[in-house]
Amino acid sequence: MSGILNSSIGRKFAMALSALFLMFFLLQHFSINLLSVTSPETFNEVSYFMGNNPLVQYGLQPVLLIGVLFHFIMGFVLEIKNRKARQISYAKNNGGANSTWMSRNMIWSGAAILLFMIFHFNDFWVPEIVEKYVEGKSQVGKDFYAHVVHMFENPIRVGVYVLAFVFLALHLLHGFDSAFQSVGANNKYTKGLKRFSKIYAIGIPVGFIIIALVHHFNH
Amino acid sequence: MNLTLKIWRQKNANDKGKMVDYKISDVSPDMSFLEMLDVLNEQLINEGDEPVAFDHDCREGICGMCSLYINGEAHGPDRGVTTCQLHMRMFKDGDTIFIEPFRAKAFPVIKDLVVDRGAFDRIQHAGGFISVNTSGNTIDANAIPVEKADADKAFEAATCIGCGACVASCKNSSAMLFVGAKVSQFALLPQGKVEATDRVLNMVKQMDEEGFGNCTNTGACEVECPKGISLENIARMNREYLTASLKG
Repeated sequence: MSGILNSSIGRKFAMALSALFLMFFLLQHFSINLLSVTSPETFNEVSYFMGNNPLVQYGLQPVLLIGVLFHFIMGFVLEIKNRKARQISYAKNNGGANSTWMSRNMIWSGAAILLFMIFHFNDFWVPEIVEKYVEGKSQVGKDFYAHVVHMFENPIRVGVYVLAFVFLALHLLHGFDSAFQSVGANNKYTKGLKRFSKIYAIGIPVGFIIIALVHHFNH
Repeated sequence: MNLTLKIWRQKNANDKGKMVDYKISDVSPDMSFLEMLDVLNEQLINEGDEPVAFDHDCREGICGMCSLYINGEAHGPDRGVTTCQLHMRMFKDGDTIFIEPFRAKAFPVIKDLVVDRGAFDRIQHAGGFISVNTSGNTIDANAIPVEKADADKAFEAATCIGCGACVASCKNSSAMLFVGAKVSQFALLPQGKVEATDRVLNMVKQMDEEGFGNCTNTGACEVECPKGISLENIARMNREYLTASLKG
């Protein structure tokens, strides 16, 4: 058991588990964002809860950060290892004949998502952490909704978000069912899972895009 | 057909190697790809040049010896066939065809298009077998009942001929389809369960030591496999490996 993370299958399994965790988190993030369109009051209440509940702040938030960091670092480590496994490239390689563009370019869609995460953290997470833990301000009665609306007034920011969600969709189109294959789940349910993975991979990013556009054009 | 061939030429394992252009005329569409290379080699010998070295043996698609990365695909553009079963009717008059060796750090080039696939043998030696007493008391395999569905899946896995197309096609040079098939063919049968834990741990350890890359589930291996080995075998190997790791 001790050497499992030193093996190719162990690393693959760990990568898949972090991906499944992040995909679950993404669904939860989307559900909360949706409230900003349907009910700003509830959105404010949930945002306050997520930002101030000790279990979320000191339990789930560190797990999420570790999960994100692990997924990115392991992704780059595996890419480097995989490139070393073929030292001379083919003069002609027809990758499109046997695999999808998304599956062959996870590193690039992942790198685009990483850049977006830095941008996104700078927009929302860092100011909130500074406000709470550096300046020591209370968030009781804070209008989180107004902050979101304000952020999406800038068309350049909205453009960056839309582009990032396109990369997220490309990443998920391969990543969703790939995670299940990595943990050994390939059975009679795989066909159905592949169909659901397409719905999730396109539906969630499109949903995020619609939310950003709604806030931009409504205000 | 008149064709232009761009072929990888490399004098030996230490040579740098390069792509060299050749013209070949009057190629019959009924020729196999290897027969076309035979004709080219006769032409080269007659001209006093060194013939192109390439692997082949049975020329019936069952031995796994022929390889070749043809126009960017392992065993060429046809599906479910090895290079020896690929026919020139898959190409058009005037085509330029790229012919390269299977590329992977674990498959070093020996000469021209010939690569050393000994890494697969070493993986098999690490655990791709069952221990059976063959001193005269051999038990009839049919004495142990096997469910038909399991027997069929084990047989499908066992049809892997170890040609290495999975490694050559994978952008990561991963050998997981090969190892997955070799693990599965025993994991599904009662005779294979006795040594299942050691088998998968040892074979995966050897696979990693050989320098193959990590599988990222692109599925290229399954598409290019001449025997249609399914990705299901990789998932089964993953399950076997995780269970074995927890045990031991």
